[in-house]
Amino acid sequence: MNLKELVTGDSGEKQFLLGNEAAVRGVIEAGVSIAATYPGTPSSEIGNILSVLAKDANIYFEFSTNEKVAMEVAATGAVSGLRSFTFMKHVGLNASADSFMTTAYSGVNGGMVILSADDPSLFSSQNEQDTRNYAKLANMPILEPSNCQEVKDMVKYAFDLSEQFKIPVIVRTTTRVSHMRGIVEFGEVKDNSSNCDDHWKRGHFNKDPSKYVPVPAFAGEMHVRLWDKIHKIEEITNKTEFNQVISLSDEKKYGIISSSSAYNYAHDVCKFNNLDINILKLGFSYPFPKDKVAEFLSDLDEVFIVEEVDPIIERDTLAVVGAEKLDVTVHGKLDGTFPLYHEFNSDVVADGLNKLLNFKQDSEVNYSSSLEKLQEDIPSRAPVLCAGCPHRAMYYGVNLAIEELGLKPSDVVFASDIGCYTLGINPPYNAADYLLSMGSSVGDGCGFSVATDQKVVSFIGDSTFFHSGVSPLINAVHNKHNFVLTVLDNRITAMTGGQPNPGIPIDGMGDEAPEVSIRKLALACGCDYVRVINPFNLEQVIKTYKEALERNDTAVIISKAPCTLIKGLTKKPPVSFVEKNCNNCDKCVSELACPAISKINGKITIDTAQCDGCNVCIQVCKYGALEAGR
Amino acid sequence: MDNHYSIYICGVGGQGIIKTSTIIGEAAMNQGLDVVMSEIHGMSQRGGSVSTELKIGGYNSSIIPKQGADMLLSFEPIETIRGLDKVNSETKIVYNTHPIVPSSTDKAYPSVDSITKTLKENFKHVLPIDGTQLAIEAGSVLSLNMVLLGAVTADDKFPLTKESVIDAMKNNLKPKFHEMNLKAIESGYKSIKG
Repeated sequence: MNLKELVTGDSGEKQFLLGNEAAVRGVIEAGVSIAATYPGTPSSEIGNILSVLAKDANIYFEFSTNEKVAMEVAATGAVSGLRSFTFMKHVGLNASADSFMTTAYSGVNGGMVILSADDPSLFSSQNEQDTRNYAKLANMPILEPSNCQEVKDMVKYAFDLSEQFKIPVIVRTTTRVSHMRGIVEFGEVKDNSSNCDDHWKRGHFNKDPSKYVPVPAFAGEMHVRLWDKIHKIEEITNKTEFNQVISLSDEKKYGIISSSSAYNYAHDVCKFNNLDINILKLGFSYPFPKDKVAEFLSDLDEVFIVEEVDPIIERDTLAVVGAEKLDVTVHGKLDGTFPLYHEFNSDVVADGLNKLLNFKQDSEVNYSSSLEKLQEDIPSRAPVLCAGCPHRAMYYGVNLAIEELGLKPSDVVFASDIGCYTLGINPPYNAADYLLSMGSSVGDGCGFSVATDQKVVSFIGDSTFFHSGVSPLINAVHNKHNFVLTVLDNRITAMTGGQPNPGIPIDGMGDEAPEVSIRKLALACGCDYVRVINPFNLEQVIKTYKEALERNDTAVIISKAPCTLIKGLTKKPPVSFVEKNCNNCDKCVSELACPAISKINGKITIDTAQCDGCNVCIQVCKYGALEAGR
Repeated sequence: MDNHYSIYICGVGGQGIIKTSTIIGEAAMNQGLDVVMSEIHGMSQRGGSVSTELKIGGYNSSIIPKQGADMLLSFEPIETIRGLDKVNSETKIVYNTHPIVPSSTDKAYPSVDSITKTLKENFKHVLPIDGTQLAIEAGSVLSLNMVLLGAVTADDKFPLTKESVIDAMKNNLKPKFHEMNLKAIESGYKSIKG
């Protein structure tokens, strides 16, 4: 499919779309004017696609420096009467939370939708937090699509709902919904082309501090209005077709209540095992549809709550059972029927249901002992830093500098951050000892430097530094903290697929943009020692770190070299191996650990397709067995 | 249960696995069949193992249950072994015999012959093909995914026609590569059909 069809596709047309592509079509059908994000898996493709389509779709789009800014851009768009969209991964919602919470109070005029993508089983995240908790915390409606069609439909519906009740609406996906592909039938596109200055529509902000400025005198009233809205919306969740009973049986003994991707597993297990169970599917789960749930429970003896991640529907269902004094037993995560963590699948759901229903037939697998051995013996294939990655060169050099200063590994704490460079956790680099969140390496550097006598080296990427590394750097200087902050400036937001950031001269819509200098920022924060180095020059890396580690202030080292995955970079010729010079020390394989170098049948082999010609291995080899390609 | 068909596709990041799966999914949609697919993006792609799951015919969930695959299509020998929990005694196991040795140094890479021998001891339908070689013969190693796509279409139980798969390929890949990719699909098809 050509991505432009997300803009030009007619109502009734069907496409095989990724969940995130379906979200974009929903945004376009809803006639959105403002969209802002900070990239984060599993939501990243939404931004990648919007950055390409924004102008065709009359949308202003930006990659904001962080999710809080993105939230504020969307919130102000919405109070100015424009449909506004912000989206992020689940932990991004934490970064935005301070403003997010207030948007529920101050409300909106144009529809505002916040898509938050959860990551059960942590495919690329630091935790499994459940966005549905935020719906309760902020008192904001939440929709939970299960498939790509619903992603499109619910995103679109969420804008109508938001506008009707003047409240932001959350759409919660999970990795398996964002990264599912399925058939999506397009609907009508709402026209957003009127009053366009540049390529997007302009709204107008009508001042009313009593509605928009949550000083204590006003915020108390705002909270009352918020509850009023939520009570009214609960009437909708009790009736909406997004909350419906999927009837698979005439029996009324057992039932299932489920949502999101977990519903898909529940549905398939029941359908393909011919189980006598009906399912209440909750697509619009907060405010909790208490009447609808009570009605569903009224005929049942036992109900299974099938949900990923936290037992949220389960607790709400227990509350309904208690309030209505229903005689129904609730099985879920809390009674151990289903696991309290990690994503579900059909096997997990079948195992849980089977504890009471005993429908599964044992299907033992008997493999030969040679296959069992083979399964144990295959080498792992974990993600690694790419061949030619500047981070590898840095980690190698920093470890050498530490060694040359006579320090032991335990003398130095590596505070890491969120990005490809977190892969430095792996041997042989062992360059990630502590990590909390985006930007935490800088604050962690502050803390370790006062809490211990250990040296501290923090690693943060360029995009992450802009995201939330600057204010802790100011803290570091002002409070006289002693550590080395490394900014791994690879000229891109790499791990999420290569989005621009304020350090490069292009914005989220592909237009030229002012480049914000990390060096000047560090100087402006008051750092006396700021060095920009070439990570591929090993001697320079070692010398600079030795210098910085002997200082007693906040030293900043900026490693500046582009990510090898940036398109259009000229590739240097691959390194060649000179066998006669090889001393079999294996340093290039075991200490540098570049995926382009391996030892096959006792001989060093360069994978010329992978080798990027960074030439760091040449500096590692003391015997001249590796030579620059020509 | 006619037209129910689940394919587990696995290999290494960068081998064109997602594109192959998308082509099959689009072809299924064009033939009027229900289809869902699952893919993983993000950190798992940095040279790590990659897999997609594709289910044709009336499923809500895009994840194949244990032992639930009709076809295991593997782009790399040891990734075949990693995918075996989706396999049952009737599953067709089609895999490319060309290894990509991981940079991890924890364990030695087993011989491909031993992998084939062991698989044949345990499963009925073990179909190794030298997909990388066939791709090179078709014009580029990059057409490996199309060779393997051709191999899938050769399975008697596969519910899609070769023609609809070819149409979907053309809709998803650049015209200048169509000829090479057609050749690759044909050679993959023949390697199974004979």
